[in-house]
Amino acid sequence: MRELRTEILVVGAGPAGIAAAVSAERAGARALLVDMQAEPGGQIWRGQWNKATDPAARQWLGALRASPVETRYGLRLIDLPAPGLAVFDGDSGPLRVRCERLVIAGGARERLLPFPGWTLPGVFGAGGLQVLAKNGWPVAGQRIVIAGSGPLLLAAAATLRGLGAKIVRIAEQTGWRDLAGFGAGLLRHPRKLAQAAGLARRLAGVRYRGNTWVAHADGDDRVRSVTLASGSHREQIHCDALAVGFGLLPNTDIARALGCELRDGAVWVDGHQHTSVAGVYCAGEGTGIGGVDQALAQGEIAGCAAAGRAELAGAALARRRQSDRFAANLRRHFVLRDELRRLAEPDTVLCRCENVRYGAAATCTGTREARLQLRLGMGHCQGRICGAATEFLFGWNAATPRPPLAPASLACFTATSSSENPPQDPT
Amino acid sequence: MPPELCVRVDGVEIQVPAECSVAAALRSAGFSSTRHSLDGTPRAACCGMGVCFECRVRIDGVERLGCLVRVREGMEISRDA
Ligand SMILES: Cc1cc2nc3c(=O)[nH]c(=O)nc-3n(C[C@H](O)[C@H](O)[C@H](O)COP(=O)(O)OP(=O)(O)OC[C@H]3O[C@@H](n4cnc5c(N)ncnc54)[C@H](O)[C@@H]3O)c2cc1C
Ligand code: FES
Repeated sequence: MRELRTEILVVGAGPAGIAAAVSAERAGARALLVDMQAEPGGQIWRGQWNKATDPAARQWLGALRASPVETRYGLRLIDLPAPGLAVFDGDSGPLRVRCERLVIAGGARERLLPFPGWTLPGVFGAGGLQVLAKNGWPVAGQRIVIAGSGPLLLAAAATLRGLGAKIVRIAEQTGWRDLAGFGAGLLRHPRKLAQAAGLARRLAGVRYRGNTWVAHADGDDRVRSVTLASGSHREQIHCDALAVGFGLLPNTDIARALGCELRDGAVWVDGHQHTSVAGVYCAGEGTGIGGVDQALAQGEIAGCAAAGRAELAGAALARRRQSDRFAANLRRHFVLRDELRRLAEPDTVLCRCENVRYGAAATCTGTREARLQLRLGMGHCQGRICGAATEFLFGWNAATPRPPLAPASLACFTATSSSENPPQDPT
Repeated sequence: MPPELCVRVDGVEIQVPAECSVAAALRSAGFSSTRHSLDGTPRAACCGMGVCFECRVRIDGVERLGCLVRVREGMEISRDA
């Protein structure tokens, strides 16, 4: 197996990982930055590598290009068999990396919840369709309904409209009182306020509804319409695509596999972004959902600290405090309503990989029983989608990740010291 | 016209936009699904970021996620991986 050595391994080349790797090099350390996507940029800067239009993207992607940071793309971290050893799998075959310190910058994923019709082709996550479109998924001329919760609905709508889609409705489940509260909280964040004003301009004329959520989607070989609910009122809207996301969830699989402590579903870190495990740092959305400014500030701090020069991160500390307040405002005002726990019907698929239905899962007492009896969460995605759903629907704890963290090619197991763990059955 | 390149999908040669992911290329070429679930219903890309695995296809013989891989001239893509 190919092998690389580095001082600081940064996993994830979104804003947090880029800032961490560039800052570590500036502080005099050697860094290797790896991501499973084809290019750096993470979720927010997808498709910006060759044509950055966003000023922050231009600044940081430019800094990455100019820095001596070593980079590898198209490689997914699948195992951490021993301290200081990481195994990746990807297009070009497996890669083993030996490092002295690790910065986890794996970002967040969307929370997707089951409702009748959610598995139809043409139903996406909200940020999901946005990032697909940033990589060329055709949306021009399409009628798109966006639903779910959180500011990402607006960012997704603006991107899709900019690419020529017709946004026929944005349905936010949060009520107007909380939306107003969130808006008032933005007054303390001039940059966020400017971003919000920009979004409002780009979305002028689009119908935005609070207190409204998706009831079901209907179609044949793909989605044709969605029915939205608001109180007892129902409205059917014809559409070519439905983009539904219920907020973001920190990705914690890598940190949990290493035994890092979690708090409130996010990786716990100290003031230097250091986790509870020696030599392991975490930056960005993995530590809690706080947006791109938080990711950049935390990345800078983690990079400097991992390089042993924490004192160089001075200015980023103040920016991190500012974005912590934004994160708290976000959490306070976008709380999911109870009705969302009752959308799925007994025959609605809950685990998309293993086709486990809601009715069957609801008879189980927890994740372990549902795994053993029904194979819930045992398929390709390893419970990344249904685990978040069962946590919200039933209050179940997610299963602890076991290597490999994603289905991997056999070649990955030939030379790692954790090879007593056979690749999980992918069927 | 934006530049295009040529790939084979399920054995058939098609032209797709050059600057996009495999998932996007399949959709541009008119395929609405990437796989079928255990009960035969069609499935397609959903999360866009390597989490849901609904976009998986076989690329040059190896199972890959269509949303994470870019199209390349001459790629062999088969659905229902
Ligand atoms: C789908 C989606 C769309 C979003 N769109 C916007 C937007 O338009 N505007 C906005 O303000 N915010 C958006 N956000 C929020 C956004 O995540 C943050 O603002 C910002 O991108 C966070 O930066 P980050 O570096 O923490 O994480 P990310 O940008 O998510 O970067 C994490 C990176 O880690 C990589 N990674 C994860 N696991 C592995 C692994 N095992 N091996 C290798 N690489 C791995 C991922 O591929 C990804 O590139 C979006 C979030 C999501 C999930
Ligand atoms: S669309 Fe979910 S993994 Fe590709």
